Amino acid sequence: MNTKVGYGIALALLLVAPFMIYPVFLMKLLCFALFACAFNLILGYGGLLSFGHAAFFGGAAYITGHVIKVWGLPTELGLLVGAGSAAALGYLIGMLAIRRQGIYFAMITLALAQMVYFIFISADFTGGENGLQGVPRGYALGIFDLQDNLTMYYFVLAVFVIGFLIIARAVYSPFGQILGAIRDNEDRATSLGYDVDRYKHLAFVLSAALAGLAGSTKTVVFQLASLTDVHWHTSGEVVLMTLLGGLGTIAGPAVGAGVIVTLQNYLASGPLGAWVPVVLGTIFVVCVLAFRRGIIGELHAMLKKSF
Amino acid sequence: MNILKKLALGVSATAMIASAAAAEVSDGKVKIGVLTDMSSTYSDLAGNGSVVAAEMAIADFGGTAAGAPIELISADHQNKADIAANKARQWGDSEQVDVFAELVTTSVALAVFEIAKQQNKLALVSGAASSPLTSDACIPTGIHWTYNTRALAVGTGSAVVKEGGDTWYFLTADYAFGESLERDVAAVVEAEGGQVLGSIKHPFPSSDFSSFVLQAQASGAKVVGLANAGADTVNAIKAANEFGLVAAGQSIAALLTFITDIHALGLDTAQGIQLTTGFYWDLNDETRAWSQRFNEKTGTMPTMVQAGVYSSVMHYLKAVEAAGTDDTDAVLAKMREMPVDDFFAKGGEVRSDGRMVHDMYLARVKAPAESTGPWDYYDIVRTIPGEEAFGPLSESNCPTK
Repeated sequence: MNTKVGYGIALALLLVAPFMIYPVFLMKLLCFALFACAFNLILGYGGLLSFGHAAFFGGAAYITGHVIKVWGLPTELGLLVGAGSAAALGYLIGMLAIRRQGIYFAMITLALAQMVYFIFISADFTGGENGLQGVPRGYALGIFDLQDNLTMYYFVLAVFVIGFLIIARAVYSPFGQILGAIRDNEDRATSLGYDVDRYKHLAFVLSAALAGLAGSTKTVVFQLASLTDVHWHTSGEVVLMTLLGGLGTIAGPAVGAGVIVTLQNYLASGPLGAWVPVVLGTIFVVCVLAFRRGIIGELHAMLKKSF
Repeated sequence: MNILKKLALGVSATAMIASAAAAEVSDGKVKIGVLTDMSSTYSDLAGNGSVVAAEMAIADFGGTAAGAPIELISADHQNKADIAANKARQWGDSEQVDVFAELVTTSVALAVFEIAKQQNKLALVSGAASSPLTSDACIPTGIHWTYNTRALAVGTGSAVVKEGGDTWYFLTADYAFGESLERDVAAVVEAEGGQVLGSIKHPFPSSDFSSFVLQAQASGAKVVGLANAGADTVNAIKAANEFGLVAAGQSIAALLTFITDIHALGLDTAQGIQLTTGFYWDLNDETRAWSQRFNEKTGTMPTMVQAGVYSSVMHYLKAVEAAGTDDTDAVLAKMREMPVDDFFAKGGEVRSDGRMVHDMYLARVKAPAESTGPWDYYDIVRTIPGEEAFGPLSESNCPTK
């Protein structure tokens, strides 16, 4: 009951936010929040540390940009194609990666994501290091002009809410329970008769698809896809967001993404301009040393202790 | 009574003129947004130095243009196009920025071009290199100030061939920028009667160049062209030095090198390299005077990018003053109409495709013994006329030229 009230308040805040804060910044925040939530699905609930999620995020960003700009598909369809391609890529990478665990899993995902990065750097349609620029925002449902920042914001918010609901549904379903069981003790889950690899693979594909949806949405917002999106830095950033917000909490990654994106944005034009990476690194160290459960995780723990 | 009336009339008329002038400038101020790389690869050649250069331009102009105060804001885009796009959009939408300046890295310049086009604001590119910024990817309000890849190719390529460096071998970064640079230079070399013996692609970015340098050595070409940039160029030059490439009689043509790269390498390693630059601090009294002032503020000598930022901002402010407004179209018309005359460029012209045409310089890096002081790095071998460096307007594919 309490959580429902909490989400209601959060949604209400998100609905009025663009009247107080610059909407394009909020849209970026929502895209990364969705990305981090999707990532959390496999790290927080599946216990799989993927170091290659930028491949899905950036891959979908490029595909969406291409199909909207060159093929002239409507925006919504472009997003679906992007998410679909990320799911397909997730299927392939997942098929190879989930055979291994722990550090080997992380390394395989990293290696395959780097392959994707180099494909995008040399493919013709991506514009190489110049990026894919000038993607039209188009119209939502054929009527709402997305060139208007406010309309675009509500479109992005809708995408985010849909993505978030899918994740919540997955986490609180029997599927999510089994995923948790696998994370906590894989052998026991196997002995109970679950096909562990299939569950992990499904979670991986789902996470990849939603990460792709986030990337696609980002392309439409900024009207560009660049190598930054597929770079391993982005894979690292999403780990940071998830850990900072709270691993395995449903809202944590969104909060973590909010903190990181806000810092990046506001520090960039302040006197600390040249120190953004240092500041983020310090925050990461402090987070790992002092509050391992992340912002939301620590809040939960505090509430539990005091009530 | 009469006198009083006249006086009152006069006062109110003056007040009206004053308020009319102020109304010509949007939001009562001229606001310049410098978007640059403060923390990543290009922070030395652009970065804080370009913000300082813009500040100097504003101070030298007197702090007001067309009767309105000039404001400067800056941000770090970290070489990421999406951060740049986000900042530029925000500046244009809600912070009344009239002009975006610097914009190092082509992806950033392209992203900001898109926003400048939508918002009808000016974009003064200094740091980005790609020639398409004033060709296929041009926008009506974008001006490419300092240099471009064509000028580098023509400058270094043709000059080196004319001096007898007629056989070439390329070390090329394996991505679009490296390939297009190699293609441009190879075309120039062949047009001048030279010969390309071969090329090898190295991964981008790369730290170990020994095998590539050995192949370049084995090719027997007189000139080894480095079609790469930044840390790759520095690493390749270091490796070439270790293998005694220059000492053995071959020469290196670094196609995109800044004075800060030479400073980092040191003259021992970098001597003999030929390069094209849009600006050198030790050209004449004017450049020396300005660069000395810059040096006092930053502790380094300006790169062509930083000098270009000063020049472009200065020219913009002059155009605002001349037009009496910061309205984009009026200012753009004035910028095209007035010649660019300052320490950076003499008789420079802003063309309708957005190219600022000015003389470029072919330089050779001095040997340590020839250098008489700190930052005394270049011998200017030749002045390349603007038209030759940047090509005629008819060469540009810009649809709005």
